[in-house]
Amino acid sequence: MSKSLAGAAVTQTVKVRRSTRSSYVGVAVFAIAIAALAIGPFAFLTKGNQQNLVTLFIYIILGTMWNLLAGYGGMVSIGQQAFIGIGAYGIVYAADNLGVGPIIAVPIAMVISGAIAYLVSFLAFRLSGGYFAIGTWVIAEVIKLVTTQITALGAGSGISLTAFAGAKPEIRIATVYWMALASVVVAVLVTYLLIRSRLGAGFTALRDDPTAAATLGVHVTRSKRVIWVAAAMGCGLAGALLAANTLRVQPDSVYSVQLTAAMIFIVVIGGIGTIEGPIVGAIVYFALEQYLSDLGAWYLVILGSVAIIMVLFLPQGLWGLLSGKGRIQLFPTGYRLISGPPIAEGSKES
Amino acid sequence: MEWANAIVQGVLLGGLYALLAAGLSLMFGVMRLVNLAHGALAIVAAYAGLVLVQKTGMPPFASIVIVVPLMAILGWVLQRTLLNTALNRQALAPILVTFGLAVIIQNLLLELFTADNQSIDVGSLASSSIQITPDIAIGVFPLITFIVGVLVIGLLQQYLARTATGRAMRATSDDREAAELMGIDNKYVYSLATAISLGLVGIAGVFLGIRTQFNPTFGDATLIFAFEAVIIGGLGSLWGTLAGGMILGIAQTVGAQAFPSSGVLLGHVVFLLVLAFRPTGLFPKVVNG
Amino acid sequence: MALLEVDAIDVHYGDFQAIYGLSITVDEGETLAVIGANGAGKSTLLKTIAGINRPRVGEVRFDGANISGLAAHRRVPLGISLTPEGRRIFPSLTLEENLLVGGHTKRPGYWNLTTVYETFPLLADRRSRLGVHASGGEQQATAIGRALMSNPRLLLLDEVSLGLAPIVVENIYAALPNISAQGTTVLVVEQDVNQALKVANRVHCLLEGRSVLEGKPAELSREQIASAYFGI
Repeated sequence: MSKSLAGAAVTQTVKVRRSTRSSYVGVAVFAIAIAALAIGPFAFLTKGNQQNLVTLFIYIILGTMWNLLAGYGGMVSIGQQAFIGIGAYGIVYAADNLGVGPIIAVPIAMVISGAIAYLVSFLAFRLSGGYFAIGTWVIAEVIKLVTTQITALGAGSGISLTAFAGAKPEIRIATVYWMALASVVVAVLVTYLLIRSRLGAGFTALRDDPTAAATLGVHVTRSKRVIWVAAAMGCGLAGALLAANTLRVQPDSVYSVQLTAAMIFIVVIGGIGTIEGPIVGAIVYFALEQYLSDLGAWYLVILGSVAIIMVLFLPQGLWGLLSGKGRIQLFPTGYRLISGPPIAEGSKES
Repeated sequence: MEWANAIVQGVLLGGLYALLAAGLSLMFGVMRLVNLAHGALAIVAAYAGLVLVQKTGMPPFASIVIVVPLMAILGWVLQRTLLNTALNRQALAPILVTFGLAVIIQNLLLELFTADNQSIDVGSLASSSIQITPDIAIGVFPLITFIVGVLVIGLLQQYLARTATGRAMRATSDDREAAELMGIDNKYVYSLATAISLGLVGIAGVFLGIRTQFNPTFGDATLIFAFEAVIIGGLGSLWGTLAGGMILGIAQTVGAQAFPSSGVLLGHVVFLLVLAFRPTGLFPKVVNG
Repeated sequence: MALLEVDAIDVHYGDFQAIYGLSITVDEGETLAVIGANGAGKSTLLKTIAGINRPRVGEVRFDGANISGLAAHRRVPLGISLTPEGRRIFPSLTLEENLLVGGHTKRPGYWNLTTVYETFPLLADRRSRLGVHASGGEQQATAIGRALMSNPRLLLLDEVSLGLAPIVVENIYAALPNISAQGTTVLVVEQDVNQALKVANRVHCLLEGRSVLEGKPAELSREQIASAYFGI
């Protein structure tokens, strides 16, 4: 309470808001961008453009998922390639062997990824920190080795996606493109809504201090498991799109730890702990890959060095730098206190 | 009787795994840091040994005398520059930084040495063996590796238990701030631990390079095996790491005997079983520091 | 001859200020008690002298030299040793190893394993016990013995009586004359006012980060101390 100039006692009012002006701008920009991308294949996007954009969308999904795990769940996994691979094999199995066609096959692949992730979590959660990271890698290796034993899935040489056979290339490419566009929008929105919900507030508490969070009623293990399964389903989605985009699933490439390395770089460069960060990171990573891949192994040396520098000296990432450490939020996830007009004691509103 | 032979080979293989895992275990014990670049660093040592032997013609075991101090200095520098900084940042930083380091090292090695398989030549030592029974032969080199592995674990254990700096490491691991109040500089302690860890990796890497064909991508599998040995054996116990290494080795050799080319998978399965039913490992340290 | 001069320091924990413009001197050889209620800033004072906290304003001088910016581990070779609040002995080390770690910083002097065991006989019998298994009294004796092993000129004791039964506290404080007899300067922080007054040459009372009373125990009345302690 303070005294107004007139000497009467005055109370400062406060309003609670979730959105800011920048977030309204963000929504508008986002909507326009999606609309433009959606009509792209009819207008200005070549087949090559579309396939490249599918790769970019896959990176955005992967980055969003790894950020969900590490930035909100506090879990560093270097085994997510397991679920990417499961998703890739899943779409081929569902579309070809079960005959449901490529589009219906995608959610089936996601569900398979999620189910296996759920089972695996009971083992993986017995570890924590750096040992959890390596443990997820071991589990990924096991899943890869088991997959390559299954002859129905092509064993060591992999399988091809035949569900598109007979379709004209531009139809197939456009279909995969729209699938990917829809997927990235859904993946980012679902992640955003999850973080913004009460469940999500629990995640942030869990990431900051699991013990304190537990005392507040945040069910720590259950929350972690939800994040773990959700992230696995997202990676499965990415894997399915990968298979649809290249039409071929090979165990060494679809279960490669390089995919996790890409996810880590995307999140570290873009900014951990925000929804916008992985999107920025994916765009940067995609661009770097286009321009620097001729450098061969030096490209990865540069990438690794950039990642280390970012972690040590710019942990908020490029988005953190651009947004002034959270002052701009295109996807607002918190609550803001806005000062309202002061009301005098005894007035009608108090 | 092939099974008995497989088990013996597995035990000896365990010596190599324990040698590889000792440094990883030490770094985690002292500073709670899991060094994801551990495997890649072992391969650096293997290449260092290879280059020394090829360029100077020195005997492979002699190269260890040069590789170990070089690796120790590398460890000191890494800790003083990157890792001490990472430990003072957010919780995810050390994992991410060591992962980035692993990527850098692996790709630098690829540029320098290509992906061709190479090995350190020890001549006839590689194939000589001692016949124990009509069915069981022990390779001389694997036996040497096993003995060195046991010695290293034993010496490290004694170092930690009996010397002043070993005590300082254990104290810092228990309570960093209280150790500071004793006059112990934790930056120094950490750097020493990493230097020792990498020195040990130096020995392990040269032995690895002699034992198998290797290339820059071997770091991944090396890290995984070291990690499995530590977890199976139990966190916080060096003798446990030795036991874990032997169990892993036996699982792999017996697995390969039963299902050819599935040795590694059986090792993973045993690891997962330990994780499922005895998550603290088989011989964990009782006291939580 | 002032061994320690705390000169108008302000100490903060983030935005929270714990100490306001505090000045204290301790002469060589004397035993100073700092008393006060919970949150008065006593432990913060000791931690600032030991180097765990740094003053935002003001100076800490030891033997005339300004040590305000010196890291904690560099103050031990100078002769400053803190027995921290809550004992904080190393749980995975034996009691004897705890003492040996205390001797990590070698300074010449009276204190070594033998003399520490003479002063705290209960430790001699239990030297192989792991820190985590030690009782409160054993832990406190170990913590003090550990601090003595570096042969400090200035021994800082933080809340030695906390969580211990009165008889155990008596036994611990019975050792204090031995320590002072060696010429060691002692700064005792205590919530147990009676114990503090018994051992001290001088007393400071802190209230909410400021010194509100200072003097020799014999010269201060019960009422003076009570009103300073509670701020009434």
